[in-house]
Amino acid sequence: MTRPNRLNPGLTDRARPLNFSFNGRNMMGYQGDTLASALLANGQRLIARSFKYHRPRGVFSAGSEEPNALVQLRRGAALEPNTRATVAELFDGLHATSQNHRGSLEFDIMAVNDLLAPFLSAGFYYKTFMWPKAFWEKLYEPVIRASAGLGRLSLQPDPDVYDHGYLHCDLLVIGAGPAGLSAALAAGRAKARVIVADEDFRPGGRLNSETYEVDAIPGHDWAARAWAELLAMDNVRCMTRTSVFGAFDHGIFGALERRTDHLANSGGKPRQVLWRIYSRRSVLCAGATERPIAFANNDRPGVMLAGAVRAYSNRFGVTPGQRVAVFTNNDDGRRTAADLSALGVAVTGIVDTRLDEFIVDTTGRKELKTVLTNAGRRIEADCLAVSGGWSPNVHLTCHQRGRPTWRDDIAAFVPGPDLPPGMAVAGAANGAMTLAAALAEGRAAANAAVRDLGFAPSRKPVPRAEDEAFDIKPFWHVKGHKRAWVDLQNDVTAKDIRQSHLEGFRAVEHLKRYTTLGMATDQGKTANVLGLALMAEASGKTIPETGTTIFRPPCTPVPIGAFAGRARGRDFRPVRRTPSHAWAQENGADFVETGIWLRAQWFRHPGEKGWRDSVDREVTQTRRSVGICDVTTLGKIDVQGRDAAEFLNKIYANAFAGLPVGKVRYGLMLREDGICHDDGTTARLGETHFVMTTTTANAATVFRNMEFARQCLWPDLDVHLISTTDAWAQFAVAGPNARALLAKVVDDLDLSNAAFPFMACAECTVCGGTPARLFRISFSGELAYEIAVPARYGDAMIRALMAAGKEFAVVPYGTEALGVMRIEKGHAAGNELNGQTTAAQLGLGRMVSKKKDGIGSTLSERPEMNRDDDLRLVGFQPVDPSDALNAGAHFIEINDETPDMHSDLGWMTSVAHSPELGHSIGLGFLKRGADRMGDILRAYDPVRGKDTRVRVVATHHIDPEGERQRG
Amino acid sequence: MIIDHPLLGPRDAAEFVYKGDAALIDRPDWQAEDAADKFHEYMYLRDNVAGEMAELWYHEHGDRSWLVVTRNTLTHKITSVELARDVARRRGRGK
Repeated sequence: MTRPNRLNPGLTDRARPLNFSFNGRNMMGYQGDTLASALLANGQRLIARSFKYHRPRGVFSAGSEEPNALVQLRRGAALEPNTRATVAELFDGLHATSQNHRGSLEFDIMAVNDLLAPFLSAGFYYKTFMWPKAFWEKLYEPVIRASAGLGRLSLQPDPDVYDHGYLHCDLLVIGAGPAGLSAALAAGRAKARVIVADEDFRPGGRLNSETYEVDAIPGHDWAARAWAELLAMDNVRCMTRTSVFGAFDHGIFGALERRTDHLANSGGKPRQVLWRIYSRRSVLCAGATERPIAFANNDRPGVMLAGAVRAYSNRFGVTPGQRVAVFTNNDDGRRTAADLSALGVAVTGIVDTRLDEFIVDTTGRKELKTVLTNAGRRIEADCLAVSGGWSPNVHLTCHQRGRPTWRDDIAAFVPGPDLPPGMAVAGAANGAMTLAAALAEGRAAANAAVRDLGFAPSRKPVPRAEDEAFDIKPFWHVKGHKRAWVDLQNDVTAKDIRQSHLEGFRAVEHLKRYTTLGMATDQGKTANVLGLALMAEASGKTIPETGTTIFRPPCTPVPIGAFAGRARGRDFRPVRRTPSHAWAQENGADFVETGIWLRAQWFRHPGEKGWRDSVDREVTQTRRSVGICDVTTLGKIDVQGRDAAEFLNKIYANAFAGLPVGKVRYGLMLREDGICHDDGTTARLGETHFVMTTTTANAATVFRNMEFARQCLWPDLDVHLISTTDAWAQFAVAGPNARALLAKVVDDLDLSNAAFPFMACAECTVCGGTPARLFRISFSGELAYEIAVPARYGDAMIRALMAAGKEFAVVPYGTEALGVMRIEKGHAAGNELNGQTTAAQLGLGRMVSKKKDGIGSTLSERPEMNRDDDLRLVGFQPVDPSDALNAGAHFIEINDETPDMHSDLGWMTSVAHSPELGHSIGLGFLKRGADRMGDILRAYDPVRGKDTRVRVVATHHIDPEGERQRG
Repeated sequence: MIIDHPLLGPRDAAEFVYKGDAALIDRPDWQAEDAADKFHEYMYLRDNVAGEMAELWYHEHGDRSWLVVTRNTLTHKITSVELARDVARRRGRGK
């Protein structure tokens, strides 16, 4: 097909033609095109449908501010909706489709909304979808959901890889237009470490789109030379395709680098990199964004920003139309006409508001045909270049609550006095709207920054260029009764803004939310100032009095995938494996995540039909002979120092100072508010040496709190802490044959009950000299020990223990069997230590010593936490032994009909099937629980539709006197 | 944010865990007449400062130092960073 709009190669590469398709039509462009420039070259003007009214829309801008030309790129899982065609780099084989229409792009049935426009004005959601209530779920919500959003997701996992990276520099230069290049050259020549980042794939900014000269050569050639000089400097990192999207505290910036978006295939390389850039100073050279003028029917395909028309014709060699009219309130309009004429494009008319002429209407449904002025002129035009002036890109200056200030002479907001620390602004972003000024400001800002950091600025003079004419007379809106668009992306018209004002939504933040002005992917880059001007007009205020909305990062869209980086799927967080993990895998373990640990949950044997079979076998065999469980995941803290005992006395609620060497004690830890935090055992290995265990879940917080107590509360105690959770592999060996088994692996230690009784501990060796620690503690209620060896011997230890246990038919058991046995013994665990329970509720009230100062001891004495009618931890059994109990069930009296807040007596926290008792058992909190032994209650569980009769029993379901563990 | 650790130099705030008001160093005397009231105030009554505030930060992914960081809660400007142990001693928590 012919491409009549392609005038010349511009800065594209004729030698590298690229084939692509749009809505199934095959088209051709060149290397260096964007999708937008290539579509325009192929005469494709209708590109999208608008959000609300489904009006035909075309390309409006030539950059990241694009509100209209949003398309879907690629297909299958790689489908990417809502991509701006103006920044999508063309590649061979690119597959692009339009979005947000039902039926074809040309005949969108949703365009009926355009006829309903009188009913769809600002706030119509709030006004329309109110009554009747019953309509909401059945009618309104499905309709709104179907209409919401623009593109559609592929709903498949993202096949691409995203990375995170960290960079450091003396000076970050944001933008590589004239000001940015000038700044980067100055700082680079001064030998500072510089990062210069630009969102475009071709550095140079407006130099590529205008016909200016710098140092007597074309501006784009000067930009290419400057970039080459920067690339040759070791101290400068040059980043194209990189959008700096946020200015964070202390000189930290967020940037998104698009690394393979311009390639047909990423080849497995990261598609995008989210950079965190640490800078000592920064220069913002982000340029300015042109804004339109609002007039009737100003949204037709072909109506475009004047600067974009120059960008397409000068940079890409593509004219957006064959008959171009110009509508302007400033000198840019004349420049557009001159540039187009020089390229041989017919300019059919110039409408300049400074001469009191303005456009009152346009015609052309799917592409512009004519424009009509107040002077009665009817101008034939298939493209209208509009310029309402330029708005400096101040976004990054405002990310730390800075507010921009208004300058009448350029009719624009410029960066205010409260810049993020370390930031300077140069060029158009600072309101320096001419080329020579931009080059000078960039150099001056960089020189000031590097001098401040102790570098000697380069003496090289500023590049030579002219100051072009820049005269503007503010003109915002052609008044009239037809719809005049302000925000193209959200279909917000001038009338919506007047209506918002009439209905009282006058503050700019209200205006934004009521009309949706300035929301979505373009964040109102072309619309916001125009919207403010109209609000100012409606309220009789000035624009600076009206103010701006708060700018928040990101100022340009960043994919969620880039924020996630590599942290997805299995890599969402790190995995910790126990020392016996490989052995457990070999032996049929199913694993469960406990925090980031993977623990064996049970060991499946051939022929076992479900997990209960495995767990029942493990419990039964442990209680009958001996079982082994990896308990490495419990937190371990080494506590050493002359004041270690005194320190532990303060950390635990119960006393520890008197614990003899060679003994272990159960300890209860409170928070300072008196609520239970954690429990565990602590062994005294020497006068000045203790080894503490914590629960798996609280290992980090207990250690943190202990360091707080050590450094902030009792800074002069001689005590030191080391987390040794990862240093020791630890195994519980439990059951009547535990002693006999251990005697086979422990060297030279008398394990007899007299020499090594319940709650004894010792340092010893195993297997002929391997260092170990042995603790006689029991979570299962059996005769039990925990044996610890340095973690590197953990795998060998489990194999040695299993080999030694063969004659006793030893079983490994997992966390489920561990849980069953602790419920049988009535030990509290995470379900009971849930951050809301007191020592009294757990039946441990007497453990809290009143004779010493421990964390939480004072506040644990508050009367409300010690009421007699409070909850108490008790045991439960089903009245009918065939009933299975459920955790989460609530208790009510047997004759209570209505379960509610008043009849609620407490809840079931933990349940298990006890193979020894042959029925379900539970633990739970019950009001006045200690006084209700033997009572029968309803365990009411509406979530699972269950209502079970239960009997209140002691928490110790098995061996209440503890004879087994002492034996 | 960047916290200038007195021993380790500038470190990213992501390495730290935030606790709150440095007044938590001033733990009351458990044997005082009004210990219950004092602990109640210590635990629950905090100033919500708009401006400069001394805060406790813990270098959990670092050297495990507790630090007192004086930070402006409006601007995030940090004016001083000290080891909490030194601050605690200065406030009389030593032996």
